[in-house]
Amino acid sequence: MAINRRNFFRALGVTGVALGTGKELNAVPENFDDKEFYGILYDSTRCVGCQSCEVACALAHDLPEPDPEDYPMPGTIRKTNETRRTVVNAYEHEELGEIYVKSQCMHCSQPACAAACLTQAMKKTEEGPVIWRDKKCMGCRFCMVSCPFDVPKFEYHSSNPDIVKCDMCFDRLKEGELPACVSDCPAEALVFGTRRELIKEARRRIIENPDSYYDGIYGEDEAGGTGYLYLSPVPFEELGFNTKLQKKSYPELTKGFLYSVPSVFILWPAILLGIHNATKNNAKSSDDNE
Amino acid sequence: MSKTIPTPKDNDGQPIFKFWLNSLKPHGKIFTPFNMISVPIMMVGIVLIVIRFVKGIGAITNLSQEVPWGLWIGFDVVTGVAFAGGAYVVTFMVYILNIQKYKPIVRVTVLNGFLAYVFYAGALLLDLGKPWNVINPIIGNNFGVSSVLFLVAWHFLLYMIAQLIEFSPAIAEWIGAKKARKILSGMTVGAVIFGITLSTLHQSGLGALYLMAKEKIHPLWYSEFIPILFFVSSIFAGLSMVIFEGSISQKVFFKQISESDHKAHNGILHGLSKICAFTMLVYFFLQVVVFVHGKHWNFLGSRMGAWYLVEMIGFVILPMILWFVAYRRQNISLVKVASLVTMIGIIINRLNVTVIGFKWDADVHYVPSWMEIVVTLTVLSFEIWIFRWIVRRMPVLRESPSWVPADH
Repeated sequence: MAINRRNFFRALGVTGVALGTGKELNAVPENFDDKEFYGILYDSTRCVGCQSCEVACALAHDLPEPDPEDYPMPGTIRKTNETRRTVVNAYEHEELGEIYVKSQCMHCSQPACAAACLTQAMKKTEEGPVIWRDKKCMGCRFCMVSCPFDVPKFEYHSSNPDIVKCDMCFDRLKEGELPACVSDCPAEALVFGTRRELIKEARRRIIENPDSYYDGIYGEDEAGGTGYLYLSPVPFEELGFNTKLQKKSYPELTKGFLYSVPSVFILWPAILLGIHNATKNNAKSSDDNE
Repeated sequence: MSKTIPTPKDNDGQPIFKFWLNSLKPHGKIFTPFNMISVPIMMVGIVLIVIRFVKGIGAITNLSQEVPWGLWIGFDVVTGVAFAGGAYVVTFMVYILNIQKYKPIVRVTVLNGFLAYVFYAGALLLDLGKPWNVINPIIGNNFGVSSVLFLVAWHFLLYMIAQLIEFSPAIAEWIGAKKARKILSGMTVGAVIFGITLSTLHQSGLGALYLMAKEKIHPLWYSEFIPILFFVSSIFAGLSMVIFEGSISQKVFFKQISESDHKAHNGILHGLSKICAFTMLVYFFLQVVVFVHGKHWNFLGSRMGAWYLVEMIGFVILPMILWFVAYRRQNISLVKVASLVTMIGIIINRLNVTVIGFKWDADVHYVPSWMEIVVTLTVLSFEIWIFRWIVRRMPVLRESPSWVPADH
C-alpha cells in the first residue's frame, strides 16, 4: 500500500511549484525531515464562501454534485455527511460581515479513529492524510464513536456501507497532484505543505497582520495537533469550533488501560493457579465448612 | 427424574441416528405462554433482519451520524455481557477457591454465560456494516493492536472457547462419550483460569471502549475509571442474573433438579447475596470517589444530575441495603427482589454511559426504533430457546449419569 516516498514528494514538489499558489509552501524543501506530516492551512480571512472546494471534492470522489440551492448562510449549520466530505458554513459578524469556515476531516497527528480501528482500515499514513480502506473495514463504527470532531460518516442506507470522510485526496497526492480543494480554491484560502511549514506560515500571517487575525492557530495543539490548521479573524468559539477539546491526543486516553493488559495476563493466571492449589483441601473437607 | 426425558444413560446401546432424531423432538409442552409470545416476535425479528441486510442498517434503526452505537451495542452487548459475568465469578468460587457449595449452579451458569456470548456476539454481527470482514481482526494481516475493540473482539472469541471447554463435560455425558469426558473435564481448571483472566480484561474493556468519547459522554458518567466500575459492577450484575435465572429454572425445570440440590439452593442464594452486598459496597465507594474526584457538584441540579441521583440512590444504595438485609435475615424473597433491582440498575447504568448520556447535549436525541427493540427481543428469545433445548437434554441442572465419577 505504501507509496514510494521519494516519488511522492518529488511529484508534489513539481506540481506545487507549477501551481505556485503559496510560494515555497506548495513545494517541498530539499532537506525535508522524513517524519514530517503534510497538512493543509485554511485561512478563513481569505475564504469567500464560493463552495469551489465542495464542487472540486465532489468531482474528485464521485460524489453527487452540491445542490446550488444549498449554500452557506448564517444561522444554519451545514454538516458533512455520507454524500459530501467537506462543507463551508457562514457566520455573521457585526463588523466583518459574513465569515466562512470550511470543515472536513482534521487529519489528526495521532487520530482517535485510527487507534480505535481494530482492522487498521482507518490509517494515519506516513505522509499525513488519514485514509480509510474498504477491504479491511468491518463497519463497526468505533471510529465514529471515538472521533472528537465527529468526522467519519456511515452509509446507513447501503447493504455494503462505506465510511465516508476526507482523505486529503490521498490518491491524487500519489499521482503528484494537490488535493482537489486546494488546487481549485480561487481565493488561495487553502495551502498545502508540511505541517511545520504551515504553522510557520500561519504565524507569519498573524504577526504581519495582527489586526486581521485572531492570535491563535486552531489545530496546532487541539487533540494533540491536527494536519488541518485554521486561521480566523475572530476567536474560534464564535465560528462553531469546539475549543474545549483536550490538548493531549485522544489515543492517550486508552493507553493506561491497554498497557495494563500484559501485566494482567501474566499476573492473573499465576495468582489464580496459586489460590487453586492452596485451597485444594477445601474440596475434601467441604462438608464441614457448610 | 422424569421418565419421558431421555437421560444420557439411555444412549448406551441406542443407535446414534435415533438418538439425534430423538433429541430434535420437542421435549416439553408446545403451547406455553413463553412460546406464544416469543414465536411471533422471532418471526417479525427475522423479517426485520432480512430488511436490515438488504436495505442497510438505517432501514430499521434510528442510528445517526452523531450516534453510531445504539441499543444493539449499549444493551445487547455491553449490558448483556455484564449479566454474563456470573460465569467467571461462580467458576472462580468453585474451581479456584474450591467452595463446593456452589457446584450445583456452576454448569447452568457457564451455559448461560456461553450462550450469552454466542448470541451477543451474534447480535454484534447485525450491527456491523460489513460483517463479512469480521474475520479481518482474527486473521493475521489486519491487527489493529492499539484498539480496545481489538482486545474485546479477541477476548470474546477466546472466552467463548474457554466456556465451551468448561461446559463440554456435560455434552460428553449427554452423548455418553466416557473417554472424551475424562479428557475434557481435565481441561476445566485451565479453561477457568484463562476464562477469569479474559473476563477481567474484557468486562473492563467494554468500558474502556468509551474512553476516547471523552466530550461526548455526560461528565457524571464519563471518567477514566469507567473500566474499573464496569469490572466491579459485572460481579454483582452476573450474580444477580444467576439468582434471577436460578429462581425461574427452579420452577420451570423443577423435576430435573435433585432433592439435595433443591435443598442446597437457599444456602447458595445466601452466599451469593453476601458477595453481592460487599461488592456493591465497594462499587458504591468507587462511585463516590469518582464523583468527588471529578468535582461534578454543579451538575447535580440539572436534569441529568437528577437522573444520576436516581441511579445512585435507587439502584446502587437501595439494592446494596437490600442485599445486606436479605443476607442478615436469610430472607429468600428479599434476595430475589434485590437481584431484580440490581439488574434494573445495571441496565440503567450501562445505558446511561452508552446511550442516554452519549451526546446528551445534542439537539436530536437517539431513541431506539421499535424495530431495534424487536430484533433485540428476537436475539433474547433465540437464546432462551437454545438454553431450554440444552437443559432439557443435557445434564445441566439434573445430576450426571451414574458412570460419571463422584468427584467430577
